[in-house]
Amino acid sequence: MSHQVTIPTKDHLFNMKEFFKFTPGNIINYTLLAIGLVVTWVRFTQGIGAVSNLDDYQPWGMWIGFDLLCGVCLAAGGYFTTVACYVMGMKQYHSAARPAVLTAFLGYAFVVVALLYDLGHPLRLPYMFFFPGTTSVLFEVGLCVATYLTVLFVEWSICPCEWLGKKWPVLLKWRHWVEKCGILLTIMGVCLSTLHQSSLGSLFLICPGKLHPLWYSPFLPMFFFVTSMIAGSSMVVFEGMLAHKARSTHAMMDEKHLTNSDNVTLSFSKAASFILFSYFCLRVIDMLSHGNFHYLFSGYGLWWLIEMGFFVLTPCLLYAKGSREENVGLCQFASCIAVAGIIVNRFTICMIAFNYDLPSSDRYFPSLPEIMVSVFVVTMIVTCYRFIVYHMPVLYEHPDFQEEED
Amino acid sequence: MNRRKFLTFMGTAGVVSALGTAKVAKAGVETFPYYDNGYGVLHDMTRCIGCRKCEEGCNKANKLPAPEKPFSDLSVLDKRRRTTPTAWTVVNKWDMGEGKFAFRKQQCFHCNDPACASACFTKCYQKQPNGAVIYDGSQCVGCRYCMVACPFYVPSFEYGEPFDPVIKKCTFCFDRLKEGKLPGCVESCTMDALTFGRRKDLIKIARKRIEAEPEKYLDYVYGEHDAGGTAWMVLMPKPKDLPQCSTGNAAEAKDAAKRAGLDTTLGNQPMAEYTYGALGAVPMIIAFWPVLFGGAYGMTKRREAIAKANLAKATAEEKQKVMDAVVKVIEKEQGAEAAEKARQQMNEALAEADAPKTDGEAN
Repeated sequence: MSHQVTIPTKDHLFNMKEFFKFTPGNIINYTLLAIGLVVTWVRFTQGIGAVSNLDDYQPWGMWIGFDLLCGVCLAAGGYFTTVACYVMGMKQYHSAARPAVLTAFLGYAFVVVALLYDLGHPLRLPYMFFFPGTTSVLFEVGLCVATYLTVLFVEWSICPCEWLGKKWPVLLKWRHWVEKCGILLTIMGVCLSTLHQSSLGSLFLICPGKLHPLWYSPFLPMFFFVTSMIAGSSMVVFEGMLAHKARSTHAMMDEKHLTNSDNVTLSFSKAASFILFSYFCLRVIDMLSHGNFHYLFSGYGLWWLIEMGFFVLTPCLLYAKGSREENVGLCQFASCIAVAGIIVNRFTICMIAFNYDLPSSDRYFPSLPEIMVSVFVVTMIVTCYRFIVYHMPVLYEHPDFQEEED
Repeated sequence: MNRRKFLTFMGTAGVVSALGTAKVAKAGVETFPYYDNGYGVLHDMTRCIGCRKCEEGCNKANKLPAPEKPFSDLSVLDKRRRTTPTAWTVVNKWDMGEGKFAFRKQQCFHCNDPACASACFTKCYQKQPNGAVIYDGSQCVGCRYCMVACPFYVPSFEYGEPFDPVIKKCTFCFDRLKEGKLPGCVESCTMDALTFGRRKDLIKIARKRIEAEPEKYLDYVYGEHDAGGTAWMVLMPKPKDLPQCSTGNAAEAKDAAKRAGLDTTLGNQPMAEYTYGALGAVPMIIAFWPVLFGGAYGMTKRREAIAKANLAKATAEEKQKVMDAVVKVIEKEQGAEAAEKARQQMNEALAEADAPKTDGEAN
């Protein structure tokens, strides 16, 4: 089982061989990137209407529903893990912290990239700082995401510093200061995450007439925050599973990471199970207290029951069983359903239950190029993740920096 | 007013907070000014014949491109239409029950406290003292949150424009009003279905019309209070098969209004107020979370330090115990002098062994 991790050295900085191998994974990867580039060209030369089915009734579709809402939520692993590890002192999850921060950083960075497709005037994005519309929930989201992306960049910057530190020693100074500020960054991270994760839900508070009552609730911000915790814990399990399955990333894991990973999976599953159950209770009580019980006997009611039953309660129980019986495989299976459940919830709020009262001819279904943009963004994240993992100490501890990490 | 006071309190808390988001907190108390003397238009559906003259007037006044089908073609009324970037007002035909049809002109309602303006995060929208809600695209980012926020599905976006897409919507013919002219649609209406005037006067006119013909009208002035009140208001015919509602009762008027495509369940407050509670909670989180997590961190660190000290103490005691036992045996076998010498040497050996070991532990 023991194997040697190839650590880039001063004279041999790059480890690109995995990208040039003729494997099915690489072929799919490059094909999707190529398609994405074509769609990108069309989008930025012909306009949003040329590639998407967005219309005046449905101004926010796939790009906001998936890339922004799901992207931000699924990147919640960053704050969830760093809080567990550094604030609550659960040192045993140390090996999970760096991969989680990396995926959070990539997730947020590409949320911004995806947003550029959706905005009519992408270059004017910084205008929100010059003409701040402070009454807008979107302003809060923008401000927090921008700040949090900076915080994540600083937190993550340790990795490239360790990679390139031998070549440019000045980076080690930066790394030193980031280490010193670690706890400050973590606490800023959790504050900013709480704010914008919940604000993404607050975005829909303004349109009670458009969102179906089973999903519209004054507690939307709270639901979005709680689901971000579910996503945070589930994504650690889910990504861990993927990273172990892929041979090339598995090769970059050191002994410590490998021995800890099962423990990380089981503990995060236990946490996810608890949070899922409390979320289930919250949603049921919310439905009852707002007098929405009668809606359960409609098509949307069925969809609500499926969401609550299959995508919330099922992973909750599977997680509980898996972590009790130390069944890693079951926990990983549960994480797949939980992650799918997050996507289902965001799609429902942004698209399926949005404009529920409009005739079906005015409803929205994403176009193929629109979906390809989202796929393109995910593919870019995977490509960047691979590049970083092959070069920087994410899945292993760099031997030069082991002492300082206590 | 209690709610306002609470939000003011929240806003004050925000100023104290160290982060720049304090501005967001103040948003909790910021509402758009209510201009009591603003203009409005009353649309009387019972007078409207669906001739589309208003659409033509709007098109001309705003110099919009000519539509595919001419304005004289009334077949477009068979299909439900909405406002688009090139048609800022549209007339739709609504089935009011028992084979009776009525027409309703759709355009921006020019809310008193507009949802679009509160939703815009770059301040593109402004409520003007004359009642108009106007939009300036020069700082628009194109996020389209105004379209999500508008309860009337009014703002439309130029999806086909690649480089400078902006929102298009009715401007209440803002420039014409400044010149003392009527809005294009009002001017071209031949049926007197559109009445222009000060909003507060229009409400009185509407009430009088309902009073004069209570069987004809639904006793509800749409826009008087809906979504916080709108400058453009609608009088609806009362469907024959539905009972009359009590004056201004939104719940009772719901079914009748729905037949005309109007939603009376939006509530009497501006749409933005639905979000102010959430925005007001921002400073609380900024104030509370760092304390909570900072405290948790402090406790964790302290717990770790105590655990470490306890471990060190226990180890030292254990060592002492073993040494005492050994020394006792030596004393018994070889006498006190040998025991003392053994104790000294063992202490030295332990001190030596401890030194590199603590280093190693740091790893």
